[in-house]
Amino acid sequence: MPLLAIDNVSVSYGKAEAVRDVSLQVEKGQIVTVIGPNGAGKTSLLMAAIGLLRSTGRIIYDGRDISRLETEERIEMGFCLVPERRELFSDLSVYDNLRLGAYSRRAASGEIKDDIAQVFDRFPRLLERRNQMAGTLSGGERQMLALGRALMARPRLLMLDEPSLGLAPLITREIFRIIASLRDLGVSILLVEQNARAALETADFGYVMETGEIVHSGSADALMHDPRLIATYMGGSEVS
Amino acid sequence: MSRLQLRLVAIAAVLLVAAAPLFLDPFSVTLANYIGIYALVALGLVLITGVGGMVSFGQASFMGIAAYSTAWASALMDYSPWFGLLLALVLTGLVATILGAVTLRLQGHFLSLSTIAWGLAIYFLFGNVDGLGHFNGIPSIPPITIGSFALISSERIYYLIWAVLIAAMLLSHNLLNSREGRAMRALRGGDAMVESVGVNAFRIKLITFVISALLAALSGWLYAHMGRFVSPTPFDVTRGIEYLMMAMVGGSGYLLGAVVGAALITLLKDWVQDFLPLVAPNAAGQLEIVVFSALFILFLQYARDGIVPFVAKFLPQVRRERPRAVEPLPRRTQPEPGQTLLKVDNAKRAFGGLMAVNDVSFEVRSGEILGLIGPNGAGKSTMFNLITGALPATGGKVVFTSSDITNEPQRLIARAGVARTFQHVKLRPKMTLLDNVLLGTYARTQSGFFKGALGLDRAEEEQARHEAMMQLERVGLGDRPFELAGNLPLGNQRILEIARALAADPILLVLDEPAAGLRRQEKLALAKLLRSLRDDENLTILLVEHDMEFVMGLVNRIVVMEFGSKISEGEPSTVRNDARVQEAYLGGVA
Amino acid sequence: MTPDIAAILALDGIATGAIYVLMALGFVLIFAVTRVVFVPFGDIAAFTALTLAALELGRLPGTVGLVIGLAVLATLMELYSILRAGSYERIPRALLFYLVLPVAIAGLVWITSGTLWPMPFRIALALLLILPVAPLLDRIVYRPIADASVLLLLTVSVALHFALVGLGLLFFGPDGARTESLTDAMFMLGNIPISGQTILIVVAAAIFCGLLYLFFDFTLLGKALHATALNRTGARLMGIRPERSGTIAYLAGSVLAGVSGILIAPVNTIFYDSGFLLGLKAFVGAIIGGLISFPVTAIGSIFVGLLESFASFQSSAFKEVIVFSVLIPVLLWRSYTFQHTEEDMDE
Repeated sequence: MPLLAIDNVSVSYGKAEAVRDVSLQVEKGQIVTVIGPNGAGKTSLLMAAIGLLRSTGRIIYDGRDISRLETEERIEMGFCLVPERRELFSDLSVYDNLRLGAYSRRAASGEIKDDIAQVFDRFPRLLERRNQMAGTLSGGERQMLALGRALMARPRLLMLDEPSLGLAPLITREIFRIIASLRDLGVSILLVEQNARAALETADFGYVMETGEIVHSGSADALMHDPRLIATYMGGSEVS
Repeated sequence: MSRLQLRLVAIAAVLLVAAAPLFLDPFSVTLANYIGIYALVALGLVLITGVGGMVSFGQASFMGIAAYSTAWASALMDYSPWFGLLLALVLTGLVATILGAVTLRLQGHFLSLSTIAWGLAIYFLFGNVDGLGHFNGIPSIPPITIGSFALISSERIYYLIWAVLIAAMLLSHNLLNSREGRAMRALRGGDAMVESVGVNAFRIKLITFVISALLAALSGWLYAHMGRFVSPTPFDVTRGIEYLMMAMVGGSGYLLGAVVGAALITLLKDWVQDFLPLVAPNAAGQLEIVVFSALFILFLQYARDGIVPFVAKFLPQVRRERPRAVEPLPRRTQPEPGQTLLKVDNAKRAFGGLMAVNDVSFEVRSGEILGLIGPNGAGKSTMFNLITGALPATGGKVVFTSSDITNEPQRLIARAGVARTFQHVKLRPKMTLLDNVLLGTYARTQSGFFKGALGLDRAEEEQARHEAMMQLERVGLGDRPFELAGNLPLGNQRILEIARALAADPILLVLDEPAAGLRRQEKLALAKLLRSLRDDENLTILLVEHDMEFVMGLVNRIVVMEFGSKISEGEPSTVRNDARVQEAYLGGVA
Repeated sequence: MTPDIAAILALDGIATGAIYVLMALGFVLIFAVTRVVFVPFGDIAAFTALTLAALELGRLPGTVGLVIGLAVLATLMELYSILRAGSYERIPRALLFYLVLPVAIAGLVWITSGTLWPMPFRIALALLLILPVAPLLDRIVYRPIADASVLLLLTVSVALHFALVGLGLLFFGPDGARTESLTDAMFMLGNIPISGQTILIVVAAAIFCGLLYLFFDFTLLGKALHATALNRTGARLMGIRPERSGTIAYLAGSVLAGVSGILIAPVNTIFYDSGFLLGLKAFVGAIIGGLISFPVTAIGSIFVGLLESFASFQSSAFKEVIVFSVLIPVLLWRSYTFQHTEEDMDE
């Protein structure tokens, strides 16, 4: 049984349909990626999955239909999203941001402290900046904080929306290395990316989305060597 | 529906208004007078709130200043009501200018709150200043006379009120479709965008504010001479919100909304006053305000747009003609290629302790495309903002065509020939493509508020429209000029921003990530456009971009920034082989 | 003006200012968390004073009817939205918070309304009764438009204020009231008499400021409220429910409004519509603090109290004109010191 099954989900803004009848699955322990050009509806899909956007169709998480649950209830079930805009608390310190990441767990403060220490182990840069306001961080650090904050909820399924957006290639590589390491931690990941090559290199399975629909799917390896996809998505943003 | 048909409908409406007193009973005529008077205030609110995005609760006090001015002049000093009108307009204009100058720099809700505060202060002033009758008011105000014809009865003043209202609506309509009117409509897009096309946003806000106050003043003058009595009560903040309610219920973005809203609320009020005593004989007075407030809250919760736009959805669209080809607007002469056009000299910008831009120097030469690249957080956007004047520099100098533009206001830099686009697209989604591009011609045209309102700007307007249409066609968006900008996909919105920048006839085009969100084909088309601008028109372009392939294939030279400093500069091939650049930036991918 | 008179005016001003501090903090708190400029704040303070006055006379306060009416309306709205969403498991909780608790409080006051309780009980009852008003108004008025722009919310607030003034007249009648003083103690500082009431006001204001500071800086709930204020989407993604943060802010605001109403009731005669001016003066203080900073808000509110005190000595007719006019230079100063955050207005 997949951990997450998105079943015939559609999202519309007024007349325009941003997502049309999309179905996909994430198995436990997998990294699944959804790639596609800007405006394909990838972000809308994630927002619908977490309940921030209204949608039709079913969203089944851990065997339970969560389509009617509030966003906050989904979070409490260990289903989390790091959104494209990161949505950090800019006037709170890095430490407080992390602490709030565990809000949904209602855990004892000792346990939270341990988890924060683990996040600092994973992202030493954040430790250096623990008392700094989140708003003063650089782009890469912000993404690390967003990831770290999401990990504080001890998610079972983590959705990442364009983690490489606006980051220089060097930092992008670092972020993807961390994403890969999360899988070893037992976190399943649904990764939405424009940077198709980096995403497929990290993922187990991939879907290609175009104008609101899934147009291809397959193992990440197969997609990476699909000549049509190479021409469309992997020629564009590389130097070499 | 054609323009001719539209005119016929308008003429029929005016005739209907003119004939109304012939078949209405006297009480209804009086109601119609109130509707006209309130609609004038609401019209001001449509301009300031619906169009300009500034919510004012204080219009009633402007009405009061005018009413008291003319009451004082005509009832206490025995001057003519026409002198009273002059005094009313001058005083109201003066007060509005001072209040506006002080408060209009504030962010939205602070501005609105301040209108409550000065609305109250002015109200208490009416009740406490000696010689204005305190809270008892000023009675026996003479009627308005035209020659020896005194406008005493409701039927007589009716024509004056509605003539004034219709004239005010026509002038406002013309104004909104003129150069300054477009700037007014653009205000909601934020100061940065408005200033980037050379508009003095504060001036436009202030003038809009004063116009709306003057409309309230006209209304106050009519009110005083119709009721022949003034007291502070009709000018308190409660009334202020009633006027706001009229404008919003009618549809605060639409001139007609003022009349529809005023009529609806006035008639509803009349009905409620008749009806409530039947339901609750003892508490009718209290309940009236409860009922109205509750209705207004319900309206704001569920039908914010108002009646006019709702009805308009079911009416035929007015056909609009594409701009005619006329003599183009005069153009600047571009500088000879190869000269230093822009010189950034040791520019610095600190945010708190962080140096976002630290001693950066580079030059942009005329006729070239210069790419500014670097990792995220390298300070590229800050550098852009220093050049375009969106942020003041902490130190250093920026020189453009040999004049120092460091810390000049954005609009003056724009007027000097620097046109920009934004990383986060700043367009007016509810204005048409053509109107959005027309904004770009602002600095190249001259017509002011008076010319616009009186329709004396048509020749220049034709030229500007022609220019905007040419730019739309050039960027490839010429097929649907009357589409709303918000309906375009994001990539095309970026292209539309470029058309707007081009409409300003710039010397230097500054593009912030123009290719972000474009598909591959669109990127190729964009690169082709930028190349032709450089090669065929000697336009100089400075761009920030993340897409390496796009940058490398397009630019003449590159400046690389990292952590606020410049680390490399030169031709693409040189920069690509620079070890520091490879390490910091390219190394991770290649 | 002799120094003695100046000192008396200053003391008076500080006392009034301290009350404004409480109200201004309430404004800032509610605005920060919900983006609502809660104009009816002053009305709630005035209603508390009138409630206390009614309890003192052994009468049934109009607040009882108001609370029951609001509770019924809020419950109906909540049930409607629950039924539409089909999440029936939320019904018991909704009934408890929106209906049972407020009605139980109102019922308690109703049943005991014949007996004349000692002062501390009366105060507690008045506070308890006023507590649900703001959260219920939140549910009825603001919740359906939680995503609207600040300006729209402000417009709604102003309309709500007028509705409350009408309801106030309906429930409390046109007569003003002044309650017994909380203490008759009197101290002398040199030649200047200081009333126990003044000291009480200042101490109460200080205590509540301290509590608010502790709450925001040291509790996870306080941080969650702050987080909601900073970024609603971000907060939701952490599992923080913005509606719940809002309710807590409104509850805290109710306490602040209630306490300021009780403190001012023995000093001024309060009418059903006195709240607006009180609230707006406090608001001048809140604006001095930019609707963000708690400490600057407190200083600003004291300043407004002092200004009012001296202004009424110089020219009582123009007292209000002076207080509201001072907002203009304040705003001018604010407009130049603001960090300009560009925010596009909504369409």
